[in-house]
Amino acid sequence: MPKEPTKPYDLIVIGGGPAGYVGAIRAAQLGKKVACVEKERAGGTCLNWGCIPTKALLRNAELFSFMKHQAGEFGFSFDNLSYDWGRIVRRSREVADKNASGIEFLFKKHGIAYIRGEAAVERAGVVSVKAGDQAETLEGWNILVCTGVVSRPMPGLPFNGTTIIGSREAMVLEQQPESMIIVGAGAIGIEFAYFFNAFGTKVTVVEMQSHLLPLEDAEVSQNLERAFRKQGIRFLTDTKVVRAETEDGGVRIAAHNHKHELLEAKVCLIAIGVQPLLPGGAPLKLTERGYIETDDRYQTSIPGIYAAGDIIGPPWLAHVASYQAIQAVEGMFTDHQPRRITNFPSCTYCNPQVASVGLTEQLARERGLKYRVGKFPFTASGKARAVGEVDGFVKLLFGEPHGELIGAHIIGPEATEMIAELGLAITLEATYEEIEATIHAHPTLSEAVHEATGQAFGEAIHI
Amino acid sequence: MPSYIEMPKLSDTMTEGTVVKWRKAVGDAITLGDVVAEVETDKAVMELEAFGEGALAEIYVQEGQKARIGEKLAMLAAPGEAADPAGERLIHGQAPADSAPADAKSPAAVGSPEPRPDPEPARTGAGPVTGTAAPARIKASPLARKLAAARGLDLAGLTGSGPGGRIIARDIESYSEPAPQAATPSGAAPISVPAISPHDRRVSLSGMRKIIADRLVASKTQIPHFYLHLEADVAELTRLRAQANTAMEKAGGGRLSINDFVLRAAVLAATRVPRANASFAGDAIIEHAEVHLAVAVAIEEGLVTPVIRQAQNKTLRQISEAVKDLAARARAKRLKPDEYQGGTLTVTNLGAYGVESFSAIINPPQAIILSIGAITKRPVVNRAGEIVAGERMSIGLSADHRVVDGAIGAEYLAQLREFLENPTLLLL
Repeated sequence: MPKEPTKPYDLIVIGGGPAGYVGAIRAAQLGKKVACVEKERAGGTCLNWGCIPTKALLRNAELFSFMKHQAGEFGFSFDNLSYDWGRIVRRSREVADKNASGIEFLFKKHGIAYIRGEAAVERAGVVSVKAGDQAETLEGWNILVCTGVVSRPMPGLPFNGTTIIGSREAMVLEQQPESMIIVGAGAIGIEFAYFFNAFGTKVTVVEMQSHLLPLEDAEVSQNLERAFRKQGIRFLTDTKVVRAETEDGGVRIAAHNHKHELLEAKVCLIAIGVQPLLPGGAPLKLTERGYIETDDRYQTSIPGIYAAGDIIGPPWLAHVASYQAIQAVEGMFTDHQPRRITNFPSCTYCNPQVASVGLTEQLARERGLKYRVGKFPFTASGKARAVGEVDGFVKLLFGEPHGELIGAHIIGPEATEMIAELGLAITLEATYEEIEATIHAHPTLSEAVHEATGQAFGEAIHI
Repeated sequence: MPSYIEMPKLSDTMTEGTVVKWRKAVGDAITLGDVVAEVETDKAVMELEAFGEGALAEIYVQEGQKARIGEKLAMLAAPGEAADPAGERLIHGQAPADSAPADAKSPAAVGSPEPRPDPEPARTGAGPVTGTAAPARIKASPLARKLAAARGLDLAGLTGSGPGGRIIARDIESYSEPAPQAATPSGAAPISVPAISPHDRRVSLSGMRKIIADRLVASKTQIPHFYLHLEADVAELTRLRAQANTAMEKAGGGRLSINDFVLRAAVLAATRVPRANASFAGDAIIEHAEVHLAVAVAIEEGLVTPVIRQAQNKTLRQISEAVKDLAARARAKRLKPDEYQGGTLTVTNLGAYGVESFSAIINPPQAIILSIGAITKRPVVNRAGEIVAGERMSIGLSADHRVVDGAIGAEYLAQLREFLENPTLLLL
């Protein structure tokens, strides 16, 4: 008699990053039986090799550059200010480790089967897992693929783990490099540029497009470029890497913009983007760029197999990945109609920090939208003066004629914290009137949001 | 503590029910087992008995509205209830005189604006709210409010697609008619539900049928329709069409239908009588600068009215091609929303079915709809006073009297006839 196939799991999640672990927990909260397969460590790139450990490193950089450059202004003085590179890296690893074990605890708490190993989707409903020479087969009604991405290598300049590295190696370098070339001026490249430069590494950033953080508002990029110049970070925009070679103890790169230039450094960090990390097994339909194609319900070309997070394509942000996974899971198990993300913040944690949500001015112009700009510099903010960080501004874009917020761009102190208010405003379709009508406490950096709004409509007080 | 009457599960497959009729009114005393309402399930209309006692303090789900199983339909206040002043006032005469100062108030105080417990919080979590009778706060985004104000739309009639049913900008932008009233006005008795025998087939309303039902009820009940009919002599038109099609076949082009000519004539007549190419906007009449011609197309599930945009700039041939394309895609359900929204007048043609004459229901917010009948051969009196065989087409016009008066409607029809009887004008 044929055996009735048993499907012990309602959901098998492949990957334990911000998409996978969040999706798994949400499904468990809905009373589902869930397994999460992770080949390395729960928390994924974000917790182990991305967002969190780099924020730990950047905190070091911030403190150190404050002590180095601003201490005198604040009346501090030091003899022999020094740092322990190994301790800096170790602290970052400890932070990551704590977070990852936090996820493992959450799995336990929610009764999620946490399975270590490399998963492959055999077909709808069946996942095989290999761990060493052990192999097992899992069966479940639904599969959610959250395998994520890895750093994309530079054509002709493959990663070698020592001189040509990706972000993952960059955060655990045993020795601080004397010099570093960073190819790519997106968030990752910029954060590492700030970090290594803060500790005295000679940093050169090479970017193909015309600005640092090319996806941000052009005025923000220009402000950042001024700040980086002051900090002594060299950057070459509109510049292509035409040739590269590694030699003992260094890298040599020929770059070209108007003229040829030969760059040399001990280490080259490639931060030009990411590439998908597809699960093995059943062939899922892919997008042109090689990511897993999903429909409105995050379902792949094979019914019953879903995908969320970086593996379904840009913007490759942890907070977007978690949102997608929750949408996908609620779509599977409830009558919720999953939503696709439309509005998400982008943050870069260099100093000054950069954060944005909604349209940049160049995009608004491209789309032929009518808009009004409000801008407020931190030099005019009492709180910014008090804390000694006056570089930057808040820039807001309001649609015409109704005055709804369509874009917000902040460069300056705590920009990444301040952006949340503006994300909420866009989600709620707030207009300038609601922002104006909201009292922003004094003295705070957030007052700049209020003032920028006023400035757009000729009502700012402090400029 | 007040108790609640909830939607019971009256059949195995029931997920929601419709309150067909309330047998008890607010203020009535209810005892255990009283039939308080009639509820329609997916199978039958059944009586709803009270499982609690008290006075009917508030009805949440009005007649004609749906509620999911477990959703609260009404609140019962126990005699002597002090928790709900509103309830007490509503059941004046039953509450003990010593219970609350509010009792001193006369029944006229029912509508007083004193704060009272909002029934909403008690209902959250009971699933999507399908209909709420209490004058609930309208959830709408600030931008949606501004957009609605700019268009003179009443938010109360709109359904929101944002989180928690919030009305967001998209809902206003995609909205193309004056707000139909969301629910049966209180007091109006719903049309009785048919008795269902086991042999009958119950076909649940598809989304499209539901929209058709809602919109046409709104149109027929809220728009003061009037109807005009006239006949056009289309002998020349049929002759010209045959001639044109012979020529076009030789040239390898598609054939023109009589309806293509009618559509072109309807557009040209609208440019001559712009007051008929208009919409009612609550506090204003909008005369549209362009003619966006909606054409009724029957499809399997119901009908759609795809729109030929800026039809005034299109030739007969372009109109013909546009209609063929739109109709084909309508049948394949491949129309984009902006292809069936925003029409300024509609033409519906039942001539192909042999229908000689009919009157259509207006497609809001448009002001007129043309109903085109079949071409019939019949004896007519010509200019010389002789009875000859003629070819006639009946044209009906249904108009919104708030926008279009009889004379304008008549003028529009006269212009239309002018074009149909001198069809060479349609080729220009």
